[in-house]
Amino acid sequence: MSMRHKEKNVEGIERNFTMIRTLVGVGIALLLALVLIAAVSDQPWQALLGFLIGPFTSINRMGSVVEKAIPLVFTGTAVCVIFSCGQISLAVEGTFYLTGIACAAVATKTGIAAGFHPALCILAAGAAGAVICAIPAVMYIKFDTMTVVSSLMINFLCLHIGTYLMHYVMKDPAAGFDASAKYEKTARLSSLFPKTNIHTGLFIAVAVVVISYLALYKSAWGYGVRMTGENAKFARFSGIHVAKVVLTASMAGGFITGMGGAVEQLGMYKRFSYLGLPGHGWNGIMIAVLAQNNPKNVPLAVLFVAYISVGADVVNRTCDVPIEIINIVQAVIIMFVAADRFLIEWKRRKIVEMSQRAAALPQNMESR
Amino acid sequence: MAKIAEKTDEILSMQHITKIYDNGFMANKDITFSIRKGEIHGLVGENGAGKSTLMKVLFGQETAEEGRILIDGKEVHITDPLAALDYGIGMVHQHFMLVPSLTVAENMVLGSEPKKGRLFFDYRKAVRMTKEIAEKYGLEVNPEKRVMDLSVGYKQRVEILKILLRGVRILLLDEPTAVLTPQETEELFIQLKNLRKNGFTIVFISHKLNEVKEICDRITVLRDGRVVGAADVADVTEQDISKMMVGRDISMDMEKKPAERGEKMLCVNHLGFTNMYGKKAVKDVSFDVCRGEIVGIAGVEGNGQSELARMLTGLEEIQEGIVTVNGKDMKKMSIRQIREEGVSFISEDRMTYDLATSVSIEENMISDRFYKKEYNRRGLMDREKIAEEADRLIEDYKVACDGRNAYMRTLSGGNMQKVITARECASNPSLLIASQPTRGIDVGATEFIRRKLIALRDQGTAVLLFSADLAEIMQISDRILVFYGGEIVAHITDAAQIDETILGEYMLNIRTQSREEIGGAVI
Repeated sequence: MSMRHKEKNVEGIERNFTMIRTLVGVGIALLLALVLIAAVSDQPWQALLGFLIGPFTSINRMGSVVEKAIPLVFTGTAVCVIFSCGQISLAVEGTFYLTGIACAAVATKTGIAAGFHPALCILAAGAAGAVICAIPAVMYIKFDTMTVVSSLMINFLCLHIGTYLMHYVMKDPAAGFDASAKYEKTARLSSLFPKTNIHTGLFIAVAVVVISYLALYKSAWGYGVRMTGENAKFARFSGIHVAKVVLTASMAGGFITGMGGAVEQLGMYKRFSYLGLPGHGWNGIMIAVLAQNNPKNVPLAVLFVAYISVGADVVNRTCDVPIEIINIVQAVIIMFVAADRFLIEWKRRKIVEMSQRAAALPQNMESR
Repeated sequence: MAKIAEKTDEILSMQHITKIYDNGFMANKDITFSIRKGEIHGLVGENGAGKSTLMKVLFGQETAEEGRILIDGKEVHITDPLAALDYGIGMVHQHFMLVPSLTVAENMVLGSEPKKGRLFFDYRKAVRMTKEIAEKYGLEVNPEKRVMDLSVGYKQRVEILKILLRGVRILLLDEPTAVLTPQETEELFIQLKNLRKNGFTIVFISHKLNEVKEICDRITVLRDGRVVGAADVADVTEQDISKMMVGRDISMDMEKKPAERGEKMLCVNHLGFTNMYGKKAVKDVSFDVCRGEIVGIAGVEGNGQSELARMLTGLEEIQEGIVTVNGKDMKKMSIRQIREEGVSFISEDRMTYDLATSVSIEENMISDRFYKKEYNRRGLMDREKIAEEADRLIEDYKVACDGRNAYMRTLSGGNMQKVITARECASNPSLLIASQPTRGIDVGATEFIRRKLIALRDQGTAVLLFSADLAEIMQISDRILVFYGGEIVAHITDAAQIDETILGEYMLNIRTQSREEIGGAVI
């Protein structure tokens, strides 16, 4: 038998490949961004510079990056967990929205102790999230429904149920606009730094990332989830209860989303006032793709997305570039980073070269 | 070894072909290979030596990284199978490329259908064309039969006719005898000799030396992706070829002590199975497997063995009859519960059921027991223990790899199968149900896995072996059950005493056993 793989390291190439692909992707996207901006702006360099450096130019702006990052950490991690078991569920978007309302229902209650009130809000929202995200999973298990479709429908359900609740059940006429009553002071998460809105939800977000990573990559449960996602038939043949795994992973993802929905409300808002789906779920899907379904990579992916988003805000406010162009640039960058097969030929060539080098080594293994 | 001297009647030559797959596996290394007009050229080598890859390059299914192909001395670029057909090269794959629900004639013209007017398919003409070409080359077929009703040998004939109809001059046959019974093989050889007489050139891929010796004019031997020799068949003995193929003397003679049969582990009673098309694939099958014996299931593929294996491994529900494992009714058990009774499985389709390719070797090795207490500590998996066990198994099973963290997909087929075998045997199972455990893997791994099965038996494991490889069945089984049409048609109590021809006759249902003899399968 030949030990033909001994001198080679295909995994190494694949890891490098991911990094290089990401960097090249960002580079090309920025180039495109420059072209786009140049087409509409009188000061393209200034605009591009604002876009890239803007987020770092003040405490306030840096604070915005973190504020924007917090909800995305929750949704990104949630999607990582759900995608890991092989369920392409989009329900996180609607779940984030509706669990915000669940949180509001608890947060507007009076007479709950200060330390206890946020915890109760987060738990209630988490439980609601688990139930919502369980629906497409159960439909998949029982009726073999395509999760992409059912979860998409769940988002509409969430939106319309939420709108109904806001209009007919929870609306506070005193607010002067479509919003719930004010959250109790006891329920709100306190802010951490002066001049920014960064709140204690940051700690919860970090804890969620760590726990999700351990659960998914270090625990027996997570092993079952990942094997099911990699090859469900293999998982089943090995004795893993695939239906149970799909259900628990979906519910865990729902719970995390719910926590995020609550944390965002309690940290950033005084009333529930969303007028539509907030988009954090969609961004969460994008972040999970960037993070390759590993919660460990979520913080970096989230900071990247939040940074681009703040950069867009800066340019929008300070330069003559319309917000639409900025949104296009944002989308282009993310598409390049997420493109899985981009530069695949480069990777192939590398592997071929390496194999040829390995083959050119003296054939000392031949005698084996 | 005689070098190919005269270039005069060379019809095709491949020069310096190197093919590297995406996972870094170098399947062909600087291969130079040529064939003469009107010969049957044997391309021999062990499984995994690169024969199929080389032929796929020639047929345009794979693109080589380096090298060139000459036909009649002119360089050609074969980018896809259609181009290959245009150059007069046709291939019959190991796994047939026929549409089972269509008739022979429809399959024959698939892709180049005769038309009636501009729009309509001219079925009558297709039938006529099939008949004509079948008569021309003496390969009898009934054009109106549905492919799904045909035997394997018959299907192969259709495949050959199909490429003849496209006007090919060079036929590439990828292990054509692998799926045939000895009788069908003989028939195929007569047909091939006939084609040679008609001026066709044939490349015959095989690793069976007696066949090569019988039918080929010249051979090229591959080992580990390289050409190790070419010769006129008349000049070499089977031993010479074998040595070239393997690079060392390999003995497939398994030393085996007589089986010491223990208690019954698996009891199958009146088991039946109707597939989704309403066809009764398994009919009233009863047999037992005891500790300390290997029971081989033989039969031409498609006679109910796959369905039986799927039921016994929990992939298919048990519809009728009773199966007990360790005395417990299997029907009510989940796959995990069956495995907890000490049952291990190797499926026939390893890429689908036995492994996850984008996951490390280590993680593939623990999929059946990761949840157990001894592999977990304080809520997390015990990484150290798992790593230790993975390293030990890699060492014990001689898995050629970059270590336990290498992705499964970077391994060759034989090494993948070793990882699977390591996992399934590591828990010292009471019962191992193994389907095609050595299909498509190299000779070293095959030998290793067969020895492992015998070692398990000696430790008191009950082994049920499904294999399409007759030699394997005869070599390592203690008892053999022959399947035909979903039934057990023969029970051979002493596998060591049976003759290959007789086994082949049972498989084709030419020879039969009495009900009493078959009833002996239930102990």
